[in-house]
Amino acid sequence: MSNSSDWPLWEVFIRSKQGLNHKHVGSLRAPDAQLAIENARDVYTRRSEGISIWVVESNNLFASDPQDSDAFFEPSESKVYRHPTFYDVPDGISHM
Amino acid sequence: MKEISLVDLENRFQKKVDSEIRIEPNDWMPEEYRRTLIRQISQHAHSEVVGMLPEGNWITRAPNLRRKAVLLAKVQDEAGHGLYLYSAVETLGADREQTIDDLHSGKAKYSSIFNYPTPTWADMGAIGWLVDGAAIMNQVPLCRCSYGPYARAMVRVCKEESFHQRQGFEIMTVLAQGTPEQKAMAQDALDRFWWPALMMFGPNDDESKHSKQSMKWKIKRFSNDDLRQQFVDVTVPQAKLIGLTIPDPDLKWNEKTGHYEFGEINWDEFWQVVEGNGPCNFDRIKARKDAKEKGMWVRKAASAHAAKRAARKTA
Ligand SMILES: [Fe+2]
Ligand SMILES: [Fe+2]
Repeated sequence: MSNSSDWPLWEVFIRSKQGLNHKHVGSLRAPDAQLAIENARDVYTRRSEGISIWVVESNNLFASDPQDSDAFFEPSESKVYRHPTFYDVPDGISHM
Repeated sequence: MKEISLVDLENRFQKKVDSEIRIEPNDWMPEEYRRTLIRQISQHAHSEVVGMLPEGNWITRAPNLRRKAVLLAKVQDEAGHGLYLYSAVETLGADREQTIDDLHSGKAKYSSIFNYPTPTWADMGAIGWLVDGAAIMNQVPLCRCSYGPYARAMVRVCKEESFHQRQGFEIMTVLAQGTPEQKAMAQDALDRFWWPALMMFGPNDDESKHSKQSMKWKIKRFSNDDLRQQFVDVTVPQAKLIGLTIPDPDLKWNEKTGHYEFGEINWDEFWQVVEGNGPCNFDRIKARKDAKEKGMWVRKAASAHAAKRAARKTA
């Protein structure tokens, strides 16, 4: 173990304040989760950007295939009736 | 899945770029686009890291505690910038450690500005004001670079950079208003860093070999000469305001164009420094190599600590 590349890559997620969700901010290498969190604090929250940190080993992230994204997301493209703007509401109706 | 020809893929890619859709790590991209980004981002990362050295020189000798805390915070930011950029390089499938070894072997370059020495405290002012100032000019358009991870890293970097330039300008302002000796020290730092700062934007447009393709791929948004002009236009009035003189006898305001005209850059000096013959090239690379070797025990200790912690958990 002499290079940082021998350490796993971690994806870093930060909650900027209570009530908001954690958001992906970047990645780093560290030998374990504890050090990944400490390093993430030093690198990604130097200006009070966060109150909570998640780290996930990049190996454990699975992603949809961008090459197939058109077909993959097609089912939702064709269903305009899922949006409120699809419906006619008579004039004079409010609170709907 | 249906077969798509390379030409189709390339056309589709260019269309995405043209319509300002960002390219993400798993998206198809031309090999040359990938190679260009790996080269550019890793050299940018190296510049952030090597860039810590000229300023690190003054951390222990800052004139007071406030200046010391500020300089330390600034240099620490540059380490962070290096990390954001090495992470962006890794999203392209490059091996981070390999890019660092390329720096150590001299194969990969870094910004030539960091090969100049910093013999006086005023140099901390000149670097923040001019070098970070020029870096900001270069980096702001990169926030809209076509490659998502690079653009996002640049957004973080740019947010942090603005204090870097201000603290430098503050140092210069205070010295320029100080004793005659202090003012002379500020002027001397400006004299030494002005031309190297202009060189940071790279060769003239007609000499710049990667520019055209990078513009087409929207990695680059403005040409070297345009950015350099912009830098001169904003910096000259700042120097005037604090009573310092730009060391260029040919510098003059052109009423018609609304820009400053400036003298010829010594490109021979620029290429000498790029080729490794600047005043500090040897020291900079040696410091980086030493850091890797002498820091080895820290990385080993971190690994051993993690292993122990894991063993304790399973026990
Ligand atoms: Fe930086
Ligand atoms: Fe900076």
